[in-house]
Amino acid sequence: MSVSQAATLHHPAVEPAESPLTPESWGKLGMWVFLAGDAVGFGVLLASYGALRAGSADWPNPAHYLGIQLTALMTFLLICSSVTMVKALEALKREDLGRARMFLGLTVLGGALFLGMQVYEWTHNIHRGLLVFGNPWGATLFGTSFYVITGFHGLHVTGGVIYLSVVLALLARIQGFGRRFMITEIAGLYWHFVDLVWIMVFTFVYLL
Amino acid sequence: MASTVETHDEHATNYMAIFWWLAVLTVIELAVIFMPIAKLLIGIMLVALACSKAALVAMYFMHLRFETRTLGYIALTPALIGALLVFVLMPDLRGVGHKTADEKKIEAPAEH
Repeated sequence: MSVSQAATLHHPAVEPAESPLTPESWGKLGMWVFLAGDAVGFGVLLASYGALRAGSADWPNPAHYLGIQLTALMTFLLICSSVTMVKALEALKREDLGRARMFLGLTVLGGALFLGMQVYEWTHNIHRGLLVFGNPWGATLFGTSFYVITGFHGLHVTGGVIYLSVVLALLARIQGFGRRFMITEIAGLYWHFVDLVWIMVFTFVYLL
Repeated sequence: MASTVETHDEHATNYMAIFWWLAVLTVIELAVIFMPIAKLLIGIMLVALACSKAALVAMYFMHLRFETRTLGYIALTPALIGALLVFVLMPDLRGVGHKTADEKKIEAPAEH
């Protein structure tokens, strides 16, 4: 018996053409495939960054010129928001809608705070002369790659904050804990991905 | 949908333990960059720490550990492509380095 057939037997309401990889939802599989594609995009950016840096004779040391303390705090904040995200899912599992909404709200707050810190970091760096087309410390592409990579990630965080806010609003309207759980789990996958990518960006762009 | 709830119940994860692991690994990362050791060793350690943290997030927060193996392969594919990209770009890096040095030699007399 195939996995999809087994899923159909266990869930009479499930369509026969259910996804064999994620029998509970096509949406979840769709999100995984989207994230895999998105991860390739980030992979290309980081690999290109590595190539540019290795090929440059005057690449500034990021740890000296970029604010490590602030970005370490931003990293910690995203990790915390990932925890509140899984806590929201845990609360939904216990059918505790109030706590689920509270934790989801905290996750949105964490994302918004992260964006606020990134705006502060960018403004501070621009005032110090780190621009897209040049900087006082060395290779021009240092600034270009910094803004492209952190900006692309920042766009993802912005999208995540909007996405989670919509889910937060939907939780009160949608009936049934199963459905609530699924839309929250799919949104959570996206949010954890944003956290995972930042872990790599923090290491490659700021620490190395 | 109910199956997901049941599946995750069966594999209850201690999320706070994962959180502390991630926090400790981040502190270690920050300590590593100030260690008086070879830059290459620092680089290797930082990449290993970042990969460990990413694996923790994917396995436990994204529940990849409890999903089907095929879904795991889908999730792993970008990492393999990323690693491949680094190897593909490696031969060019030497060329770029030499070119920069040559350019400096050529440009130097022109300035006089």
